[in-house]
Amino acid sequence: MSVGLIISGMVNPKKVIGFLDLFGHFDPTLAFVMAGALTITAIGYRLVGNSKPLLSENIDLPKKKEIDSLLILGAAIFGVGWGLAGFCPGPALVGVGLGLQKAIIFVFFMLVGMLLARKFLEQ
Amino acid sequence: MNISYVYGFIGGMLIGAAGVILYWFNGRIMGVSGITSRLLAKPDKDYWWRLAFIFGLVFGGFICKTKFPVTVVINASGFGLIVAGLLVGVGTVIGSGCTSGHGICGMARLSKRSIVATIVFMAAGILTVWIKRVFGV
Repeated sequence: MSVGLIISGMVNPKKVIGFLDLFGHFDPTLAFVMAGALTITAIGYRLVGNSKPLLSENIDLPKKKEIDSLLILGAAIFGVGWGLAGFCPGPALVGVGLGLQKAIIFVFFMLVGMLLARKFLEQ
Repeated sequence: MNISYVYGFIGGMLIGAAGVILYWFNGRIMGVSGITSRLLAKPDKDYWWRLAFIFGLVFGGFICKTKFPVTVVINASGFGLIVAGLLVGVGTVIGSGCTSGHGICGMARLSKRSIVATIVFMAAGILTVWIKRVFGV
């Protein structure tokens, strides 16, 4: 995944924000990234089907089916954070590997946010 | 046709391949936010592959850096960067996913939850960038 993120340019917040800059300097690269990814997963998931995982006892997929307020609220909050720095979890972690100070700071606070949210959900 | 789109598509295919590999080998969805946040919980039987995945993600960056130049432009700084990190951390846990989990894996499964989540976070991201432009931030 790391190599894919780097080659696709998605570790570069400027390119990500370029896509979100729909009404400004629009850069559609992210759409091509998703197209490439979805092509492979759509086919690959169907090929693997329900067969037993090679290293696990069973397939374990998300069980929730309904669209609830937490989903929408969470997605909205995530989207704002994403638009602010152009980082989502994957690219930020690759950024840490690249030794980028800003990525390290981002990931630190992302982990803090995750801990806080987990505590909140446990109530 | 911009070369960037070609790299984007090819890189995307690699990301997709990673997702298929995790599904094939471990029977799990490749949602980076979920994998990361669960490392903050008490270790269970799945802790090892999650740790391995995150290690691979970070190490991949480290290895690539030694092989060729990678362009990364981060305009956010200081307070904005901190707030962004917090929001992404909080949002992905409450929303049960991010671009990889919902946007790629979930949508590939035609999950209604993922399709809705993806539309919402894309809209929120687009709106945020637009507001930044309007305020000249």
